[in-house]
Amino acid sequence: MSALRILVPVKRVIDYAVKPRVNKAQTAVETAGVKHSMNPFDELSVEESVRIREKKRAPGGVEDICAISAGPTKAQDILRTAMAMGADRGIHVEVKEGDDLEPLTVAKMLKAAAEQQKSNLVILGKQSIDDDSAQTGQMLAGLLGWSQATQASKVEFGEGDSVTVTKEVDGGVETVRAKLPLVVTTDLRLNEPRYASLPNIMKAKKKKLDKLTLKDFGLENEKRLKVLKVTEPPARQGGGKVEDVDGLVSKLKELGAL
Amino acid sequence: MRNGNRRRRRNLGPRPPGLPVCRLCRLRHLLKPPQSRTRPTLILVDEGDGGNEDEAGKSSHQSTLAARPPTTRTHTMLFAARRVLLGRAVSPIGSSGYRGRFLSTLAILEQRGGQLNAGSLSAFTAAKKLGGTVHGFIAGSSVSAAAAQAAKVEGVEQIVTVENEAYEKGLPENYAPLLVENIKKGNYTHVVGGHTAFGKNVLPRVAALLDSQQISDITGVQDDKTFVRPIYAGNAIATIESSDAVKIITIRGTAFAPATAEAGSASVVQGTDPKADSTTEWVSEDLAKSDRPDLATASKVVSGGRGLKSKEDFDKVMLPLADALGAAVGASRAAVDSGYADNSLQVGQTGKVVAPQLYMAVGISGAIQHLAGMKDSKVIAAINKDADAPIFQVADVGLVGDLFEKVPELTEKVKSS
Repeated sequence: MSALRILVPVKRVIDYAVKPRVNKAQTAVETAGVKHSMNPFDELSVEESVRIREKKRAPGGVEDICAISAGPTKAQDILRTAMAMGADRGIHVEVKEGDDLEPLTVAKMLKAAAEQQKSNLVILGKQSIDDDSAQTGQMLAGLLGWSQATQASKVEFGEGDSVTVTKEVDGGVETVRAKLPLVVTTDLRLNEPRYASLPNIMKAKKKKLDKLTLKDFGLENEKRLKVLKVTEPPARQGGGKVEDVDGLVSKLKELGAL
Repeated sequence: MRNGNRRRRRNLGPRPPGLPVCRLCRLRHLLKPPQSRTRPTLILVDEGDGGNEDEAGKSSHQSTLAARPPTTRTHTMLFAARRVLLGRAVSPIGSSGYRGRFLSTLAILEQRGGQLNAGSLSAFTAAKKLGGTVHGFIAGSSVSAAAAQAAKVEGVEQIVTVENEAYEKGLPENYAPLLVENIKKGNYTHVVGGHTAFGKNVLPRVAALLDSQQISDITGVQDDKTFVRPIYAGNAIATIESSDAVKIITIRGTAFAPATAEAGSASVVQGTDPKADSTTEWVSEDLAKSDRPDLATASKVVSGGRGLKSKEDFDKVMLPLADALGAAVGASRAAVDSGYADNSLQVGQTGKVVAPQLYMAVGISGAIQHLAGMKDSKVIAAINKDADAPIFQVADVGLVGDLFEKVPELTEKVKSS
């Protein structure tokens, strides 16, 4: 079996615990001064890559774990986090603040990166919690012509480059088998990401971080979608509380729900 | 009507005066980059190493050529476009000028073992909102019955079927090329599928093969290129406009009621089958079996959270209530992670999005990720012992109390009423 060269794309997003606010001009969500962190599904990808190495799950071993992120300079913090969790090195693709890439552009960039880095396994999060698109991994697999296994809850390696992936689907799980090279996207059940320890955070500062731009991949930030407006969702009116179960039942009847 | 020339002509804008002449074909660039046009396969051409060409005066086409070495096909296509231009006067058609004229939508239907997934008929509802002709697509080992059922949907002109065992499990490696072939053959301007496990798996791959930026999980259609979709776990609603020639769209099932199969009489035709091999192999599946209504489409949902304490308690408290109400059972992520309920029951940003008539949240605090999956419900009821739980801010009716007392009492009262 070939040794694994894993590419782990990570994205810097508004922290999952922060309630996003729409800006006054209704053009986007307010990001200035808001806590950001690594997209939770990407933490799962980093964790899985590191575990594949630590638990020696792949017969061919793991040769390289490379984290990659496209975004403003601050995306480097996220790459350092990935390296503190166990990634060997990072690639930062600098994109101007507020000049977000669409999933198709990210997929094209990752295709070029995967080819350049000679990756044979790309592990992505199943979606980013800001845009909620759930596209990049599938698009990447399509562009590369590789197999894909989305929403993985279990990844097992067999002989002869075969990989068996259990996927979360509507109503249960489904298991598929593919050969490397492969694109996997992670689902919440895959693992529980570790916290980076202080010594590892210090070590991560010494790991290699390459800085590139989209041009280095022969790409431009081409926008196919134009955001016309971003609004707050209609607020729900809390209907108040009732004293007891009888009150609950009669209120539900009044609302026509029973 | 949709022959190749017309289709190309439609995409041509007025001659942009400021653009430099392409040094390869000496045409001023009237075409956008060829990538998303009539030959989506062009994007499969390997990217060359020409990304460092000079920046000045790049036309949109040049920049594409910079990334991909020109092929004879590219130029054949450009000359064809030129012929069209020189041969006929082209009225200045802006990017939106073609709206409603040649619009045709392919709705992707899901099936399992020959049975049409009724929820996937929502794709027809969304497709009809776009205007233009509506076709359906269904593939699998035996799909004639499902196709006949779908053909009864009013306003649908055609159901395209492909019968082949290879597509039964919807593996994206062969299903995506299958769709691409049929989308190209039908010259569709829009492709609509559900934002389900299947749609999420296959359609982005299709979009990439067609070089189109997919629009995911829409909840509204404003016109044929403007859509509404929630972002940030439903904490913001974005209105977006797509400039792609072929728009690949996934829809949120709860936002579009499934079309009913009644008096329609669509023709059923055979689609093309490129017979691409799948590089993955389907091994097995393990689906939770349940006699209760399906979570995604149920009119009532009772959902349990961490407050249920254990799987035994979850089953003891929630299931009788669900049965008394005729409701589907859901769960919060906390309950699923603690093993109280199956993963497939999770409601929220990372689980299912539901919008039933009644959503009853039991022992659920109401984190934003959970609210993302249920706040479009008509009526939300909450039972929680913490009077300050955020769920009470969205609940139409809230009851503060111990769920182990209140829920059995409620079950009894619902049964007896």
